[in-house]
Amino acid sequence: MSGNHIISVLVENKSGVLAKISGLFSRRGFNIESLAVGPTEDEKISRITIVVNAEIHSLEQVVKQLYKLINVIKIQELDPSNIVERELVLIKVNADNSTRAEILEIVDIFRANIVDVAKKSLSIEITGNSRKIQGIEELLQPYGILELVRTGKIALSRGSKK
Amino acid sequence: MGKITGAQMLIKCLKEEGVEVIFGFPGGVVIPIYDAIFDSDIRHILVRHEQGAVHAADGYARATGKVGVCLATSGPGATNLITGIANAYMDSVPVVAITGQVATDLIGTDAFQEADITGITAPITKHNYLIQDIKDLPVIIKEAFHIASTGRPGPVLIDIPVDISKGMIEDNIKVELKLEGYKPTYIGNPRQILSAARGIYESKKPVIFAGGGIVSSGASDILTEFAHTLNIPVITTLIGKGAFSDADELSVGMAGMHGTKPANLSFTGTDMIIAVGVRFDDRVTGKLSEFAKNSLVIHIDIDPAEIGKNVKVDIPIVGDAKSVLTDLLGRYKELVEKKGEPDRKEWLDYVMALKKQCAFKPGNEPESLKPGYIIRKIWEATGGNAIICTEVGQNQMWAAQYFKCLKPRTFISSGGLGTMGFGLPAAIGAKVGCPGKTVIDIAGDGSIQMNSQELATAVLNKIPVKIMILNNGYLGLVRQWQELFWDKRYSHTDIVDSVDFVKLIEAYGGVGFRVTKKSEVESTIKKALEIDNVVMVDFRIEREENVYPMVPAGYPIDQMIECE
Ligand SMILES: Cc1ncc(C[n+]2csc(CCOP(=O)(O)OP(=O)(O)O)c2C)c(N)n1
Ligand SMILES: [Mg+2]
Repeated sequence: MSGNHIISVLVENKSGVLAKISGLFSRRGFNIESLAVGPTEDEKISRITIVVNAEIHSLEQVVKQLYKLINVIKIQELDPSNIVERELVLIKVNADNSTRAEILEIVDIFRANIVDVAKKSLSIEITGNSRKIQGIEELLQPYGILELVRTGKIALSRGSKK
Repeated sequence: MGKITGAQMLIKCLKEEGVEVIFGFPGGVVIPIYDAIFDSDIRHILVRHEQGAVHAADGYARATGKVGVCLATSGPGATNLITGIANAYMDSVPVVAITGQVATDLIGTDAFQEADITGITAPITKHNYLIQDIKDLPVIIKEAFHIASTGRPGPVLIDIPVDISKGMIEDNIKVELKLEGYKPTYIGNPRQILSAARGIYESKKPVIFAGGGIVSSGASDILTEFAHTLNIPVITTLIGKGAFSDADELSVGMAGMHGTKPANLSFTGTDMIIAVGVRFDDRVTGKLSEFAKNSLVIHIDIDPAEIGKNVKVDIPIVGDAKSVLTDLLGRYKELVEKKGEPDRKEWLDYVMALKKQCAFKPGNEPESLKPGYIIRKIWEATGGNAIICTEVGQNQMWAAQYFKCLKPRTFISSGGLGTMGFGLPAAIGAKVGCPGKTVIDIAGDGSIQMNSQELATAVLNKIPVKIMILNNGYLGLVRQWQELFWDKRYSHTDIVDSVDFVKLIEAYGGVGFRVTKKSEVESTIKKALEIDNVVMVDFRIEREENVYPMVPAGYPIDQMIECE
């Protein structure tokens, strides 16, 4: 079963750890779709959320290899049906007097925010899951997307379990 | 409490870890460490190339079971260690490599002799450290030795900036190990062990496949008891050689590309492989899709990532070989008590007949100088009681095929990486670790030239290793492939008369012999072993002798080319 998998990796917050993890992925022939990293509630520990496209057997292998890294404390493969996932995207889109109103309408429907207004462009901030982000991207495409930046997916499993 | 330098603290911590010897080579940023060594009673052996230091540490570790330690300066000193670190990594050998680094405030500036050695070695170390705060030094040393020697052993590198070696630290090494992300599993899961015991009990044609994990876990005795209780054949890997005595009636020897016929055919015939501490390298399995097609596989390994990596496993057991085999034997005996001894006579008879058919038969040996004859004579001269190191190539395969190892830690060879130039420095390390043992490097004329500068290390430090060169004037194993698969086009494999090896060893202050006739073999080996110095023997073997059997790369393991 090939497809995207979200793995959440808790690591010691030390220098060089991210390089060891990303190096392991490339070395074992995996392409990282996205990667987001930041400290957790415990400042000594960081959480890395990695989206990787892989076949299930090789994913297992990479998870086992990840576990061998001394600085890796815990790995969870998140079940997509039981998580809250978010990604934040900033989109700079062409906008002039004739299109601005339409774009604002789209922004409204998606509950996105305008974060910068210029003569010939609008910058939009949107958070949500992949489907929502893809939706707004498609609708904005015709106006001409000038720049786009995404944080990469972050996710937590639902419920009180850690 | 007083203060000491970081370098003094390093030495103190090494002593605390029981380090007796360091193999190393100095340079600018490690002068503070060398200054501390000057006052210490830790033995330091000055090599002639840092690759020699790390291979020696590796050989020391394989021969003794202790952690081997090497030391090099920053930049080129550190990068010279790389091959040896990769070598130790591939064969899971506990080595701690210490490198100097430029001062903390110069890191990242392309300073003189700066190399990002932690970055470079990340894929070939079990773990590595760049010490950034002198306060962390004691705990990092402790962690490094712990990580290198526990779980699946492996090399750990510690990079120490010069300002940290020179800096001052409280003279107090009380530290606590706190490795949240590192907890190897030693005890096998009881349910898995029970189902393995049942599986083995039900099987009609089981074999044991023993690898380096048996050696590093010290499981040879329990393996022997296990094999004899079950009365089933034992196959080993190259690194597992010695894990089970080659002289044991149940031993069928090494499997793989140049494995024995009984070993390779046992893999085809078996219905249950009990694999312990092996990683199913492609040199062992041959064509993977054909490997042990009709067999269930129990895989016992301390490294969960090895299980299912190459071969599909039916019953995985993560744990230490010794502990798991002990438990498994217990469960198995209970089954036998309840249900009686299973009958596997037919299978055992089949394997033993193969073994008999392939056994060496004296009397029909040619007059020319053959490698097999030489190695058998080395065996006879030592009574099998020697530590055999090898280089890489045909010499290595002949050594593995003909030298019957009786005990673990007596066969030291570069398996996973196949590093030419490993044997001599590894032999030096093994001899330093086991001064009472005869240590022999079975060498090729090509490989020996890759680290022959270490002859100086051996002679000057009175480390009387014996180097037996099976000199065919070729990069023989490559030539053999060219002969068999490339139309005999011997492109750049003829190295005949590279050097006069007798003069070479004499130039270093050792003793050299040349043997061209079969009749001189025995007496020369005897002399070589008696002389209390480094001895090199140049055996001029038949030039185009091949290693057989041979399974061509990518072929099923039972499709062997046998003698011409
Ligand atoms: C460092 C390194 N370079 C190249 C090789 C490829 N290689 C494997 S065996 C071999 C020939 C070794 O020649 P020699 O030491 O004379 O051994 P022989 O096979 O002749 O016994 C070569 C070049 C290697 N294993 N290691
Ligand atoms: Mg040769």
